[in-house]
Amino acid sequence: MSEVKKIATRDSYGNALVELAQNGADDLVVLDADLAAATKTGTFKKAFPERHFNCGIAECNMIGVAAGLSTMGLVPFASSFAMFAAGRAFEQIRNSVGYPHLNVKIAATHGGISVGEDGASHQCCEDFALMRSIPGMTVLSPSDDVEARAAVKAAYAYEGPVYIRLGRLATPVFHDAQSYTFQIGKGEQLTDGNDVAIIATGLMVAEALTAAENLAKEGIHARVINICTIKPLDEEIVLKAAKECGKVITCEEHNIIGGLGEAVAAVLSEKCPTKLRRIGVNDEFGHSGPAAALLKQFGLSAEHVEAVARELVKG
Amino acid sequence: MQEKTKINGNKGRCVSLTEEMKLALKKKACQVRMGVIESTHGAKAGHPGGSLSAADLFAYLYNRELRIDPKNPKDPKRDRFVLSKGHTAPGLYAALAYRGFFPVEDLPTLRHIDSYLQGHPNMNTVPGVDMSTGSLGQGISAAAGMAKGAKYLHQDVNVYTLLGDGEIAEGEVWEAMLFAAHYKLDNFCMVIDLNGLQIDGRTCDVMNTAPVDEKAKAFGFQTISIDGHDFDQIEKAFEAFHACTGKPTCILMHTTKGKGVSFMENQVGWHGKAPNDEEYKQAMEELHAAMAELEAAK
Repeated sequence: MSEVKKIATRDSYGNALVELAQNGADDLVVLDADLAAATKTGTFKKAFPERHFNCGIAECNMIGVAAGLSTMGLVPFASSFAMFAAGRAFEQIRNSVGYPHLNVKIAATHGGISVGEDGASHQCCEDFALMRSIPGMTVLSPSDDVEARAAVKAAYAYEGPVYIRLGRLATPVFHDAQSYTFQIGKGEQLTDGNDVAIIATGLMVAEALTAAENLAKEGIHARVINICTIKPLDEEIVLKAAKECGKVITCEEHNIIGGLGEAVAAVLSEKCPTKLRRIGVNDEFGHSGPAAALLKQFGLSAEHVEAVARELVKG
Repeated sequence: MQEKTKINGNKGRCVSLTEEMKLALKKKACQVRMGVIESTHGAKAGHPGGSLSAADLFAYLYNRELRIDPKNPKDPKRDRFVLSKGHTAPGLYAALAYRGFFPVEDLPTLRHIDSYLQGHPNMNTVPGVDMSTGSLGQGISAAAGMAKGAKYLHQDVNVYTLLGDGEIAEGEVWEAMLFAAHYKLDNFCMVIDLNGLQIDGRTCDVMNTAPVDEKAKAFGFQTISIDGHDFDQIEKAFEAFHACTGKPTCILMHTTKGKGVSFMENQVGWHGKAPNDEEYKQAMEELHAAMAELEAAK
């Protein structure tokens, strides 16, 4: 995975919005809460200033405004950090967007501990849990630039509420933009292997791919599965992997409570009980530090995935 | 210099209220009050107090102010109304039913299992409801979004929202007011029902929000204080809204909670309690007597 291009999925978001608007998405409007420079909706604002509404530092109102705009036939993308979108405005998303099932897209950047130096107050590791629990909510967590741009466009095309988690940190681009196709609700098998299935989301997919490469050198053949759609989960690809590999590891930059790991665990325990290890943030708050160092420290690295895989396969 | 942003097809669209029109509105308001009693009695639950305080406003909105068509409740060009104080759904439902959005006979199914008349307004089940509300402080944000959307789309759509005086303790209300003023949403009209009571007691004791007029003015609103049971004053307030450009309007409507049913008036206990059979009978007798008086007045 060395020498590859790195792009933060928040940048992909800003660029995808511009691409959408340039290609006939006339009903697209973008909302931000004083974070346009960080969420990268500033890119859109530059190109389409009249379609970018700053709501000030008032995320709860922003979500309600987005709900109102959607009832007028517009497709609003409301943007903030994951902490303040999914966290602070949870109840607005639940009651003003989820309950009426309105066509609002919530684009939450700065998900996970890779926010880095800002520390725990800004490192949201609870958003999958919060958003998954809302009936009818689609939850997306793209893994690289190519997938993030595709996911934003798919969210626009989809009728209904969507939560998209994006990252601050520049991460490897491993999808081929030319051949890649994205579909909400479909997982993606990235490597072949039957010794262990590594089901990952977000920036952990690239780590899982690196881990699989290294594990292969030891003769352990891992099947890496990329789950962009946390909800609705692609049960088919999960069950197939469990049946064929017999051992499953989940990887996410999220609390091990309530995220991808538990979603997979629920499917497996009901339909195909399988040995499972969950890699994620172990029910603790993050802290300040460089993103790369934090990821390593919290076990969100290829090395840790490899260690867990070795233990699971050989143990 | 204020920017002229209003399209405003409302302006001058109606002649002033005649005595005959006023009498008709009073009858409509009396019907709304009967609907509130019928539905909360049928539900054995619900919120009659704040529904009755706003009954005159509901009657005015749905029979004079809003440009709506019960036959085409989703008309994109219609005016919007968002009941931010969603618990007073009985008042809204009664106004909608008597305006022809759905059968009046359905009102007593309020809150029943499998009824489309949910305890709090549901835009996906009740014809004429423009936004699902119930969690206080949220409706006003959606209404502000609708008003912003209408402006962005250059549509002549006015958006109205009704809040309770207890509700305005929610911080989101003031976030929404900042937004409405910042974007000069002169097609946005918020009404605050100042009936002075909320669940835990008098609003001035639970959490004093006064002086609301000065606060709304400081937040950039045209602010008008009226008696919410006087149709002349209600009309004047909406005329001022139609005439105002460059800023949103806030109508402070002084009312009596439980208005129109003697034993419910100004009683905090009637915020969220349904009348039993005996109370129902007495309330309906009073309202029928009031209606008979209005009928005799012609």
